[in-house]
Amino acid sequence: MLAGVIHQIMSGIATGGIYASVALALVMIYQATHHVNFAQGEMATFSTYIALTFINAGFPYWVAFAIAVVLSFGIGVTIERVLMRPLANAPVLASVGVFVGLLLIINSLSGWFFDYTIKQFPTPFPDRPMLGGYLSGHELGSTAVTLIVLLSVYLFFRHTRLGLAMRAAAFNATSSRLVGVRVGWMLALGWGLAAAIGAVAGCMVAPIVFLDPNMMAGILLYAFAGALLGGIDNPLGAVLGGFAVGVIENLGGAYLVGTELKLTLALVIIVTVLTIKPTGLMGRKVYSRV
Amino acid sequence: MRVPRVTNLLEAKGLYAAYGETRVLHGIDFAIRQGGVTALLGANGAGKTTTLRAICGLVRTRGEITLGGKRIDGSATEDIVRLGVAHVPEGRGTFMELTVEENMRLGAYTRPAREATADFEHMFDYFPRLKERFKQQAGTLSGGEQQMLAIVRALLLRPRLLLLDEPSFGLAPLIVQEIFRILTRIRQDGGVSILLVEQNAALALEFAEDAYLLETGRVVMSGPSADISKDEGVRRSYLGY
Repeated sequence: MLAGVIHQIMSGIATGGIYASVALALVMIYQATHHVNFAQGEMATFSTYIALTFINAGFPYWVAFAIAVVLSFGIGVTIERVLMRPLANAPVLASVGVFVGLLLIINSLSGWFFDYTIKQFPTPFPDRPMLGGYLSGHELGSTAVTLIVLLSVYLFFRHTRLGLAMRAAAFNATSSRLVGVRVGWMLALGWGLAAAIGAVAGCMVAPIVFLDPNMMAGILLYAFAGALLGGIDNPLGAVLGGFAVGVIENLGGAYLVGTELKLTLALVIIVTVLTIKPTGLMGRKVYSRV
Repeated sequence: MRVPRVTNLLEAKGLYAAYGETRVLHGIDFAIRQGGVTALLGANGAGKTTTLRAICGLVRTRGEITLGGKRIDGSATEDIVRLGVAHVPEGRGTFMELTVEENMRLGAYTRPAREATADFEHMFDYFPRLKERFKQQAGTLSGGEQQMLAIVRALLLRPRLLLLDEPSFGLAPLIVQEIFRILTRIRQDGGVSILLVEQNAALALEFAEDAYLLETGRVVMSGPSADISKDEGVRRSYLGY
């Protein structure tokens, strides 16, 4: 029994890492635009297809992975420049409309370019149990990759000039302009970075859930639940929330509601957080003067 | 006898500015002397803040603005800043979520990092209190400290022109005195011309050499501060004696 629980927690942490990455991508765009990018998941799916295309073309796994991450970064930047920028001062509904449109378009493009059949996606990690049988090689490897990504993102934002400028642009655009930060480009970089993180998450989750155009739909919901749980305006909170949701989902699926109803847990978390504590566990309260 | 020509760092000619449909400036002319302090006076809504925002390209304008002979109207704010225009905005523009250190690093964003760090000591010399608060979140600073931080953030740009929007706003008289004492030092240390917007006309006229009086988006009086403070109308309306 206990071994089973530990096993569920460990693999919850492994999937939680994926949710944490996607949650972080959501938060990055939310901080800059105050909107949730519904298309984040579909963008990650598309990135995963890019990786698969290069793997099938004979590139070594990590080379294909790197190409997918870099191309996704470019796609993210392009989407911001071309689609989001003209909407900078548009009403909320216009942005939401674009996000939903983007979701549908990218989803359809994935299906059109790479067809709708479910595909296997390779793992670069050894296929055998590790840590005394609690985790598979892929689970352990993908958790490590996720942690490396999260740590690098943290170090980038904390300790580089560009990271500081990106944070500043998200917090206070006018003041950032007045010190010479090119705010428009910072937003575009944020989109690029979010897309790149999504690409990593997509490649890490695809060997488990298999690749099809709707691969990330459920994952985006878990990630969104994680981001809300931790606080949608707090990157650290969102990351911890993502891990927590992974664990809750696994334990709940195993002992509470069964695997068929697991996704319901994400919705329960979303609704509960929004009704009881909309700022999330670690979020900031935003006061506005009237 | 040849009179040495006084060079102006900044000149504005026929400057109009509007927020959407609402026009705020109706074709004003003004100049800021190289190395001098110029004050913009006027009641609430006269267009003082908008004038500063117009210089920085933060509001849509028509007309001509030149900095050191170079047209800057229509340029992006980020580019105007890089030409050496630092703006301490209304409300101070503090990055509340960031630390004092990060605020200062942002101030020096356009300069090489090493050079800027060397400048930090110089800034602490002006405002020792910021040194104590260096690692603290800027949102936790008092109003006076935030004003000091805003001035430091602007100075770290090594500006040719410093635009100050109501540095006395919401501060206790003693703190205002302290800030103006340091502004006087900054001015004596040279290298920077100042355009000062102040509600407190007496304070501004004492600090500046030249002044412009704005009323509903038009310049109604300009000249040396000494002359303006002698004007009967100004005394009655703005100085209160």
